[in-house]
Amino acid sequence: MPDKQTVCVQGVTKTFDTQHALENLTLSVGAGESLALLGHNGAGKTTLMKLVLGLIRPDAGKVRILGVDPAGSGATEIRQNLGYLPENIAFYPALSGAETLAFYARLKRQPVADCARLLDRVGLGDAARKKVGAYSKGMRQRLGLAQALIGNPRVLLLDEPTTGLDPELRHSFYNIVRELEDDGVSVILSSHALTELEAHTRKIAILRKGHLIAAGTLGELRDQANLPIHIRLNSHQAAGFSDIASSLPAGITQRPINGHAIELALPPTRKVEMLRYLVGNVPEFDDLDITQPTLADLYLHFQNRSTPS
Amino acid sequence: MKAIAILASKEFCDGIRNRWFLGAAGALMIFALGLTFVGSAPSGSVGVDRLAVTTVSLTSLAVFLLPLMALLLSYDALVGEIERGTMSLLLTYPVARWQVVVGKFIGQTFGLGAATITGFGVAGLFLLWLAPDSANWHGYLLLVGSSVWLGAVFVAIGLVISGLPQQRGAAAALAFIVWLVFVVMYDMALLGGLVADQAAIIGPSVFNFLLLFNPADAFRMFNLAGVEDIRAAAGLLGADMAGGLALSGALMSLFFWTTLPLGLAVFIFHRKSL
Ligand SMILES: Nc1ncnc2c1ncn2[C@@H]1O[C@H](COP(=O)(O)OP(=O)(O)O)[C@@H](O)[C@H]1O
Ligand SMILES: [Mg+2]
Repeated sequence: MPDKQTVCVQGVTKTFDTQHALENLTLSVGAGESLALLGHNGAGKTTLMKLVLGLIRPDAGKVRILGVDPAGSGATEIRQNLGYLPENIAFYPALSGAETLAFYARLKRQPVADCARLLDRVGLGDAARKKVGAYSKGMRQRLGLAQALIGNPRVLLLDEPTTGLDPELRHSFYNIVRELEDDGVSVILSSHALTELEAHTRKIAILRKGHLIAAGTLGELRDQANLPIHIRLNSHQAAGFSDIASSLPAGITQRPINGHAIELALPPTRKVEMLRYLVGNVPEFDDLDITQPTLADLYLHFQNRSTPS
Repeated sequence: MKAIAILASKEFCDGIRNRWFLGAAGALMIFALGLTFVGSAPSGSVGVDRLAVTTVSLTSLAVFLLPLMALLLSYDALVGEIERGTMSLLLTYPVARWQVVVGKFIGQTFGLGAATITGFGVAGLFLLWLAPDSANWHGYLLLVGSSVWLGAVFVAIGLVISGLPQQRGAAAALAFIVWLVFVVMYDMALLGGLVADQAAIIGPSVFNFLLLFNPADAFRMFNLAGVEDIRAAAGLLGADMAGGLALSGALMSLFFWTTLPLGLAVFIFHRKSL
């Protein structure tokens, strides 16, 4: 039932001259689902978004968005339901922020009166009358988000939306994105900033040189990678830790940090077993931290696994 | 339809906003006024209507300037937006590619047309004062109308140029070459051929037929052949160009030189990867 899916990409290959931008890529995003595209520069993230938007055509394979071919003639109408923030957004420099939004709102057949509210939402209310040519990078990016939000789209494609934004702006940016997701908007965004994605997106797809090398939620990726989790034990006692290595169960490795801290690495499935063991057998510790593999760890894992060397 | 109107009006307003309109209307007005006064100065040719003389010289001005202005305006229309990066965003809106081309065509044609009407209109007001009871006013009105059309022809040709290359610089060079070919070289080549040929193959009818292949010449033919006194003022063209055949041929030429390039621009832009 392809019409239930927001985006469906099947066996898509796209080659520029001799450069393979995407190779036999298959991927789908369900209705109301969100997706983060992860990958190095040149991995094919932007190419994938342009294919989904119908700006370029695949050499092979099939692309559907909201059930239609984005490069076909039936796509004009469904664009009413799309919002796009390009990687390097460019505006008409002679127009003001308000005029820019008004132009795009008319094209989407939306009331121009709503634009002021949108500008306020992205924090550009005060700069609405200023020429876009005089906007800073952050302001342009926010105006870019505002135009993407015109007409309450069902699908939002954001290509590296936070590059060049300061941490505060990033934070407010992701707050808006989360509000949208809560409202049921499918947000597809690409990034190579790993840490901020962890907190903000649900499904993740990792691209490498045009190939999809992993896909799933953070939990699913952790299961697939099966990377060890780490337990760090701290001791406040004067004596610190004695040698506990000899008594640890098999399959658990330890790394002393200093006399008063020690780090254990273990398979995720043995977490509870290990906690019971520690409480029973290691009286020296007063405190512990458990760290799951981060998205950065997973990303590196999948990247390395896909290049056997 | 609505999308075309929105894009056309943006294109038109851009022309006013960046003062292109002011420059074009001003330049046309100054040249037209200059020719009006020169053409109306008392001269030896008694019996020739002043308005007809001015119409002939304004026709030459229009043939020279309007294609240049139109190409300068439109060569950038597509490739400029592609290069600056606004096009890919625009095409994610509910706008078909052909609507982008047609919208720009209409907006720029209206902009150039308004500048033409303003420039020639002001000159016309002076003529009204200089030659109030001339019998050739319809010739002047036809000149203004066909000048707007000539602008449309070269806006359409400029859109084809704008859809071809990847860089604006290449489009600019191409636009200049196209102007040179249509406005300068075609006539020179034709005259050269005529001289070399010694009227062996190229008789008057073949010559007229060849003129129709160039929209600039078709425009000239339309304006110079149409009105008796204007024909007289233009002198050289004589009886060969008289008659409805030249007129309808010229109109056909202008019609095809508008629709075919426009269709070609849509076709090219439709196939373009962004
Ligand atoms: N228009 C183009 N012409 C030629 N090569 C391109 C074009 N667009 C992208 N590429 C190439 O395709 C690959 C993928 O690019 P892109 O999708 O932009 O990567 P990303 O967005 O992940 O950084 C890169 O190697 C890039 O050089
Ligand atoms: Mg990119």
